[in-house]
Parts: sequence; C-alpha cells; structure tokens
Amino acid sequence: MHLEELNLKLDDLQKIVEQEVDFERAYKYRINVCCSSGCVPFGAFKVLKAFEDAVKEFGVDNECKVARTGCVGTCAVAPVVLIEPGDYLYQSVKPERVREIVRDHVVSGLPVKDMLYKNQAYFQKQHRLVLRNAGKIDPSRIQDYISASGYSALAKCLATMTPQGVIYEIRTSGLRGRGGAGYPTGQKWALVSRSHNTPKYIVANLDEGDPGVFANRTLAEADPHAFIEGMLIAAYAIGAEKGYIYIRSEYPLAIQTLQKAIAQAKAMSFVGDNILELGTFKFDLELRFGAGAFVAGEETAILSSVEGRRAMPRPRPPYPANSGLWQKPTLIQNVETLANIPLIVQNGGLWFSKIGTPKCTGTKCFSLTGKTNNPGLIEVPMGITLREVVFDIGGGVPDGKKFKAVLVGGPSGGCLPETLLESPIDYDSLTKVGAIMGSGGIVVIDEESCMVDTARFFTEFCVDESCGKCTPCRAGLAREKEVFDKITHGQGEMGDITTLEKSSIYIRDASLCGLGQTAPNPVITTLRYFKDEYIQHIVEKKCEAGKCFKNRDEEE
Amino acid sequence: MSEKDNRRLLLEKAMKERDYKESALLEILHRAQEIYGYLDKDLLIDISASLNLPPSHIYGVVTFYSFFKLRKSGEHVVTACLGTACYVKGVERIMEAIEQEFKLKRGGSTADGKLSLLVTRCIGACAMAPNIVVDDEVIGKATTEEAIEKIRNALGGVKSET
Repeated sequence: MHLEELNLKLDDLQKIVEQEVDFERAYKYRINVCCSSGCVPFGAFKVLKAFEDAVKEFGVDNECKVARTGCVGTCAVAPVVLIEPGDYLYQSVKPERVREIVRDHVVSGLPVKDMLYKNQAYFQKQHRLVLRNAGKIDPSRIQDYISASGYSALAKCLATMTPQGVIYEIRTSGLRGRGGAGYPTGQKWALVSRSHNTPKYIVANLDEGDPGVFANRTLAEADPHAFIEGMLIAAYAIGAEKGYIYIRSEYPLAIQTLQKAIAQAKAMSFVGDNILELGTFKFDLELRFGAGAFVAGEETAILSSVEGRRAMPRPRPPYPANSGLWQKPTLIQNVETLANIPLIVQNGGLWFSKIGTPKCTGTKCFSLTGKTNNPGLIEVPMGITLREVVFDIGGGVPDGKKFKAVLVGGPSGGCLPETLLESPIDYDSLTKVGAIMGSGGIVVIDEESCMVDTARFFTEFCVDESCGKCTPCRAGLAREKEVFDKITHGQGEMGDITTLEKSSIYIRDASLCGLGQTAPNPVITTLRYFKDEYIQHIVEKKCEAGKCFKNRDEEE
Repeated sequence: MSEKDNRRLLLEKAMKERDYKESALLEILHRAQEIYGYLDKDLLIDISASLNLPPSHIYGVVTFYSFFKLRKSGEHVVTACLGTACYVKGVERIMEAIEQEFKLKRGGSTADGKLSLLVTRCIGACAMAPNIVVDDEVIGKATTEEAIEKIRNALGGVKSET
C-alpha cells in the first residue's frame, strides 16, 4: 500500500504508527547520519554513502536501517552519526572508518570507543523539547514524524477539543513567543480568535536574520512537521484558513526539506480542504521566501514582505491581531514557538508550565558560537545561568585564552562581562542587564577581540539593515558609526563617549520598531561594562586586542 | 528557439502560475533572478508591465532586498560570510587576503569578470565559522590558504569532490 496516496482518517494515524513500529522492529539498529548544513561541508553525504555500502557489504542491510537525518547539535565535531538503540554518538566520522563502525558495532555489538562523543556535559544540562526529534528522524519521511507521535496532537484537537479549549491549554502553559519579544502566546491567540473579521491568516516566521543564529534553520532541516503541526493547531484555535511560512532564501537545504514536508502533509490530508476527512477544518499552506533583509523578521515588516512589498515596519496599533495581512486578523509566530504547541496539547498546559521558571516557562534553543570549545545548537530550560551555558555546556574558551564577554541576543543584543555570568536566562533578567533574548544567539568573545571594534561591527550591521523609515535609526546609527571610525582610527576624543551615550538613548527611545529600539544595545552595554577600553582607545591610542589602528597608514 | 525567448517563456510561466498578483512579486523576482542570473533594467520594466505595477515600485523592492542583483556577477562567485560568529573567528583577514591575491574588492569583480567577491550576513553555519562559499560549496573552518586554493581550483576548472 502506498502511504502517500492514502487518504487518512483519524484511525489511520494509529495504523501508520503500527506499521512503522513493525517496520522498525525488523531492524536491530538504526544508523542516523546527520546531513544538515553543519555536517554537509564536512563530508556527511560521503559518510551516508559509505554506511549504505558497508551494511550491504557485511550483509546486515536487513537488520540495520541507515537514515538521513537532521542535526543533533554537536556541530563542533561534524560529521556526526547517531546509532540507536543506546544513542551512541560518533564524532568526526571519516568515510574510511565507516566499515570499522559497521563491523564492530553492528556485526559484533562492540561500539568503536575512540570515535564516540565523550563530552557528556554537553547534553546533561539540556532539555530537548523543540528538538525532540532532531537527529533521530528522517525529515523527508512524514511517517518517521508520525511514528514519533507526530500529528496525534492535531488529531486530539480536532476530535476532542474546542478551539477555546486549545487556547486555554496554551494559556495555562505560560508559553511566550520565542522570536524575541516574549509576548504570551495564549493571549495572542485569544486576541485573534475574538476578532470577527475574516478571513484570518497565520504567518510562521522563519526569517532568521540574526547573524550567528541557526536554531530555526536546524529545526526546519531536522523536523519541519513539528512546527507545521503547531501551525495547524493554531489555525484551528483561531479560525484561520490560510497560512504562510516565511523563510530566508539563504537556507537552501531548509527550503528543500520544507517543500517536501508540505507536499507530504498535503498528500496525507493534514493540510488541505478536508483535514483528516472530518469535514470540519480546512487549511492551506504556502511558502514565502525572504530576500536578505534583517528587518523583515519584525512582525509588521514581515507582513509587508509576504504581501510582496518592501519590508517596512509600520506603527502599532493597529496590531496584526486585528489588522495584519491585507488588513485581516493575523497571527504571527516564530517556528520555535509553534514547535512547542503539539507537546503542550499532548501533555497539557500544566505539564509545560512546570518546566523552566514560573514566569518564563519551557525551554529555549540557543546557537552557541564564537570562541567556545563546543559550538553548536543547544536547548536549555529557562532560568539556566549564562555561566552554565558558556562553561558547562560550551566547555569554556579554547586555546587557554581568557573569557572576555558574551553577546546575548544577536547583533542588537548586549555584551555582558564575566561578573554577570550568574544571570539567569529568561526574558526579564536579560533585559535588566541590557541584553535581550532575541532569537537566541550566544556568541562567546575572548581576549583576542576588542570591544570597541565589536560594537563598531554591530553598529555597521544595523546601519546596513536599517530600513530608513525613522530618522533616529537611519541617521543616528550612521552618526554612531562615524564616531566609531574616528575612535578606531586614533582620532577619538573624550567627548565621543558622551555623544555615543546620548545618541544611543535617542535611537532606542525614538525608533518605531524593534530594530531601532534594540540596535544601540551593543553600544550601550560595551560602554557600561567595558568603558576602560574606550578610554584606552581615546587617550592612549592603544588597542590591546590589536584590532584597531592597524589600517591607518594604508588609508591615509 | 533562442535561449532568450526560452527564458522569457519560463518567466511568463512563473508569473502566470501566480496569477500576475502583486503579492507574488518577491517570488517572481526570485524566479527571474534564477532564470537570468541578475535583474537588469529592461527585465524589471518588463515585469512591471506584466504585473501592472509602476517600475519605481519594482525598483524600490529590488533595491530594498540585498539578495537581488542588478548587475551581472563574475563567472565564479566567492561569498564571505560576515555573520557575528565568522567575524569573531577572523573572516576579515581571509577576505583581505582574497582581495589582495585576486586583485578585486568586496562587492566587485576581477577585471576579466571571472571572479566576484560578495559578502553575506550569515549563512547559518556559525558553528563552523569562519565560512567562505566558493560557488555553491561551503568551506567551514576556513583558513586563508584553503580558501585561496579552492578559488584557484574553481578558476582553473578543477571540480571539487565534496
């Protein structure tokens, strides 16, 4: 029977699960080869091919399934392979050594110890909800997702819950938007659902524009159905019949995976005119591509972009919940938020509310990069401290260098010094110390980086990406960049510090959207915590990290 | 049929599939760039007539988004990722070396039009920073020597194995 052609009824879901269980039971081992953007440049496809050849060569292809999966998160040791049962994680796998793994591990049952990933601390403090299936299922097979109890939450909603009942559970869970602003998800849904204006729309935000962040990309490459299901549940709850997933065009593999996933969801009538053949719910889903504009991730700008226009933010109110796409009520939600929804529906809002902290429930994905020993994608419970992330999970700074700062929240986040590493990670605590949750970027900076140059770098980024609508953001940031150029070229004066401090406040307070309001954060925080470096640059014309002043002669 | 007509047919098909709707402008521009490689003035005027939108509107959209190119790029394209992680890991030094070695500036091409050096804000492979993309191949944890060698190979027509 061709599953793709099968029109599903509710009971059929159970049948697929049973079939898959039987299908999997035939296999003693499952070899998951990570083929996401992190592992592919390091030869993941060759490793996959080597495994497929090796299991045939040893005659174990009947008892050993080789699957192409998404990311496990340990990008530092790519390419990685996860062998189940037992979750044996092999690191830096070379195609030449694949035969050895199959011979010893699969044929003789003895894992190849010297290639196993030994850093258990990396996983110990993590709590994987959103990334529950990442690295364990084949994202190109919807059956893999279904057998991991996928789409059962949707079935549960449609069969047993009213839209209000769903919203009640989401409210109870305390889930807040993972795109950065942290607005309570249940409240947003209630607002859209109360509006009588129709049709209603949903936009899933996958425009991960923050440089240094790749959580959404990983999710799309590893488990796209998780947020497609979340989107369907949201649509049912608020009464929307049309949705868009807005994805960056810089993510070709994620786009490919997502296109396939949507086609399969349509073929199995999870998406379409008659979902699960119940005759009660219809929903159409389309992909929209970004074109390289950071501001397009802002919630009103993304709407303009989906409508095919320049991604310019507009004033709120009216809020998108009342007047969004084509002036109709629109729910905008980050894909990470949506990926939490099926779990909340399955296990209840109360269960979710006990994870994390009381005011900030659940988990958050972070892209850990920069000068860290274990760069990669992690998911941690809210309330974990920065120190735990940087030193316990990240394993500290490589090459015996000294830790200097950690940048939390992307290019408009804050640079925090070592003394603030005990700060818990949640929306409110981060805002208090001058950083933001943002889309979840944590960049570790060591003594080799200059904080003045770092602030200059982010200001330059925001100058490039400012849409130009508000003068404080457009002109203020450009002015700040000039001041930075002055300081880093040895012409700084003490008055420049005051100029930066003042203009940062103006830009923050007088800009319309999140970009302008947060753009000065790196300047404000480096001035607050690393002022001595500014003074050193201005008075002594000295840069200890050796980043500044060096091009002076060439340019003059 | 000439290649030119063929490309126009492909574009027409893409516009028709989307009912010549204004809301599909970004998708149509994406497709046009895929077909033609870049978006020149005549092409934009052509699209504006088909979608019944002012050329200024189309030009405004094209220049707003950094992904759209108004000029033809070199035969081979090197893209340096200037995301935060790559910056912290010193991608700047590699870019400077490429500029010197191949005598071009970022955003521009070599005099013979064989090579362009572009800058992108994050390709999302931050754990492998610094990243340099030579044509479609991502070089993670790139070193200056490796990047220059890969570019030389690409220019010399040597196909990489990855």
